Amino acid sequence: MSEIIVRSGGLYTTVQDAGRDGQYAIGMPPSGALDQYSYRVANLLVGNPDGAAALEATYIGPELEFTDDRLIAVTGAEAPARVNGEQVAPWETLSVRAGDVLSFEMITSGARPYVAVSGGIAVPEYLGSRSTYTLTGIGGFQGRALRTDDRLPLGSPPVSGPAPGSSVPAGLRLALGGVAELRLVIGLCSYRLTEAALESFVDTEWKVTKDADRVGYRLRGGTIDFIDRDPPFGAGSDPANVVDLGYPIGSVQVPGGNEPIVLLGDAVTGGGYATVGTVISVDRDRIAQARTGDRVSFTPVDVDAAISARRDRGIRLEKVRAAVS
Amino acid sequence: MAATTTHLPPARYEFGGDEFIFVELDQEMSLEANFKAMAITGALREQGIDGVIDICPSNASYMIRLDPDRVHPAELVDELRGLEITAGDLPDDHTVPTRIVDVPILFDDPWTRETLMRFRDNHQDPTGTDLEYAARINGFRGVPELIDSITGSPFIVTMLGFVPGLPFCYQMVPRERQIEVPKYVRPRTDTPERAFGYGGAFSVVYPVRGAGGYQLFGIAPAPVFDAAQTLPDFADHIAFPKPSDILHYRAIDRAEYDRIRGEVEAGTFRYRTAEVEFSPSAFLADPDGFNRTLLEVL
Repeated sequence: MSEIIVRSGGLYTTVQDAGRDGQYAIGMPPSGALDQYSYRVANLLVGNPDGAAALEATYIGPELEFTDDRLIAVTGAEAPARVNGEQVAPWETLSVRAGDVLSFEMITSGARPYVAVSGGIAVPEYLGSRSTYTLTGIGGFQGRALRTDDRLPLGSPPVSGPAPGSSVPAGLRLALGGVAELRLVIGLCSYRLTEAALESFVDTEWKVTKDADRVGYRLRGGTIDFIDRDPPFGAGSDPANVVDLGYPIGSVQVPGGNEPIVLLGDAVTGGGYATVGTVISVDRDRIAQARTGDRVSFTPVDVDAAISARRDRGIRLEKVRAAVS
Repeated sequence: MAATTTHLPPARYEFGGDEFIFVELDQEMSLEANFKAMAITGALREQGIDGVIDICPSNASYMIRLDPDRVHPAELVDELRGLEITAGDLPDDHTVPTRIVDVPILFDDPWTRETLMRFRDNHQDPTGTDLEYAARINGFRGVPELIDSITGSPFIVTMLGFVPGLPFCYQMVPRERQIEVPKYVRPRTDTPERAFGYGGAFSVVYPVRGAGGYQLFGIAPAPVFDAAQTLPDFADHIAFPKPSDILHYRAIDRAEYDRIRGEVEAGTFRYRTAEVEFSPSAFLADPDGFNRTLLEVL
């Protein structure tokens, strides 16, 4: 069987796909590629069907040896990639042969590079998905991040794919750098904040702390006041406490009033902190590429704007499909 | 308890971005709010609406995850408002087929004691244990009375979440007898697997080792989550608890704890369970009498 030999797993590289849907009610988050746009484009570049599993790296990319002829593509964060030491282009269809080695230099912008391989990473599906959820050790490759000497099984390559050298036009790549503007639908338990607190939440440029991973991003940069109240029965006595409820992916909570936490794909699915809004699904791609020390800000939008942004992303993906096939 | 029947405020519908709807039935916890969440989410499940991905009943609220490419969140909210009227008010003869489960707990065990002592700086009362603190602020004479109160009446599973398989459980007693404790001032970064915790008015059994903010009272010898599905109780599903399950916590000693751990490791352990018809109206009319009948089944 064809496989990839992992010469180095990098800092934290996992197998991810479109996500594991339908398990939220037992407390299992969807996981999946945090930056779905870059992940989907990577699959398009190698001719994979939608939903094929790819690799998501964090900060330091993996070193991978191929054992047969494949198409590969690197998207997402800017991390200069090399095949056998020769620099190769990102967001482009590349061809590799048995014995070729893909490696990465230090990341220059963004946080998460994606690597797709024609045929997809063929680890067994768990509850309908190949995504890794390391907290309970399920899915992906043995439920964990990749390590040296792991051997990743590959699926059969598609009969036809984009020609090597097919490239995604610059305007259709994910924009990185600068302050990440996250569009946010305010609501959920935002009634817990004073009006001034909501304004200051939106006006603040927040800084990503080192507590930023696939579960969620903890931010710092301002303080947020809650409205005084007698805690409702069952909630617990802290002003940020509510009767434990469900947390949407992308939702923002402010425990203690000074550290907003944005939940991502491996999020806890519920708990007892007031959530004040939800980052729209499209902009989860953007926060996934923010790294420690980067700045993010929140822009309130309504649900129709969120849906129209989602449609725009769909149109962009179709443009990529047309450009590379 | 009939005299203190809760009248719920109008439900609050909120969009969680483009993929979620959150519906708060009440800001405070009550069995009435939970029963309503169960009824509405149950009716929604039966409708099989295209584009609904997850239906998550919670303690006094519920949440839906949807695919906005298949159903517009605003249209779904209209549907849910309809269900609030047709499914939200339970008829007196409404019953829930469920099961009562014997859940052994070793209170004041060495593992959670070691953990809670390690995180004393994160606690409201750095000098004592979580059990001593909870007993004191709830007006019990001491820890044994607190444990008697926990094991004396069953709990109903009102929500699954946080991490896979974690049951939030609410005690089936009138509000004036509910135990209530705050969550840790700062959440812990470590909690033993199977720890028995209490936060707000809810008890939990932590499925896996990890972060947690609930007061630590003890540990369960049997798991609530088994990804490998090695135990017979997990053959059909990786999570054992289901919403509306009724759990009876039973205090055990170290010898029984070790014996059950042995069974778990040998793959032979099974929860002691019994099928029951749970009648919310009968329960609300006479909680203690209803609980007595319930526990006799086990």
